[in-house]
Amino acid sequence: MLDKFPEHIAIEKQLPDAVHDWHTDFGDRTLIIDKNAVAKVCKILRDEHGFNMLVDLTCVDYHPRRPRFEVVYHLLNLDKKARLRLKAIPDDKVPVLPTITDLWPIADWLEREVWDLFGIKFEGHPNLKRILLYEEFKGHPLRKDYPKTKRQPLVGPQN
Amino acid sequence: MKPQGNGHTTDLTDALKGTVMTTKFDQLLGWARKYSLFQYPFVTACCGMEFMSTACSHYDLDRFGAAFPRFSPRQADVLWVVGTISHKIAPVLQTVYEQMAEPKWVVSFGACASCGGPYDNYATVQGIDTLIPVDIYIAGCPPRPEAVLDGLLKLQEKIQNAKQEW
Ligand code: SF4
Repeated sequence: MLDKFPEHIAIEKQLPDAVHDWHTDFGDRTLIIDKNAVAKVCKILRDEHGFNMLVDLTCVDYHPRRPRFEVVYHLLNLDKKARLRLKAIPDDKVPVLPTITDLWPIADWLEREVWDLFGIKFEGHPNLKRILLYEEFKGHPLRKDYPKTKRQPLVGPQN
Repeated sequence: MKPQGNGHTTDLTDALKGTVMTTKFDQLLGWARKYSLFQYPFVTACCGMEFMSTACSHYDLDRFGAAFPRFSPRQADVLWVVGTISHKIAPVLQTVYEQMAEPKWVVSFGACASCGGPYDNYATVQGIDTLIPVDIYIAGCPPRPEAVLDGLLKLQEKIQNAKQEW
């Protein structure tokens, strides 16, 4: 069994139920965290462990597996050059996670992208609207159950 | 720089000992139009790099009288659609085309503009000819500069041989 990471132990002291699981893949450490604790865990990691950069925030849809979504956060400690990956699993029917825009302003656009393409809501986001697709677009095309051939052109032929 | 296709007038030209050239008005107009193409580069993706390399001094589009990019569609003759056209930008492309004054031509540069290229998905227009008429298609992902020059020469040929509106 893999030893707990130091950050993991520190988080558990403050939030006993926040971390569900942990592992490493290709040398990258990953914590599976509770969906309600995302913002709190991120704040601890940023303020107390020097993870000052949010490198990426994205989502994976494992449909038809249940639970289907995993929202992935990549954090980087620029001084120690340490990386940590967080994964949170939102509900399937109405996927909602707390926003982290107040911790890293870049999360604003990244969360909008995840909303646009996967339809994950971020509670507390100041401006949660589509960022890449047009407002008229219906649905979230990177969900695995979005029909592969479905097109929604604004002008020109429909298919 | 002799206007072409005026076989029946050579005798007259010869008689005047090369001091005068005769041609048909249509051909003169075509000749003038094909060598003064103001272009509107509608560049959206990676093909743009190849367009730039063709336009710059190494391959030098200016040799063919097509040097001048105009970023107002009202002053442009040729619309170069260079790169992937998404459904989001499709209305913009259509508006740009409609704003151009006649006579106007459209070049579809690369696989994406011609047929969607590698992208057959929710985001990509499957060829700009579903939106606007196209005169020349240039194949390639991206096309080599030689292919671009070939496309331009074919466009010039088309302009020269067309019935000229004026
Ligand atoms: S045809 Fe190829 S090089 Fe050109 S825009 Fe499409 S993907 Fe890029």
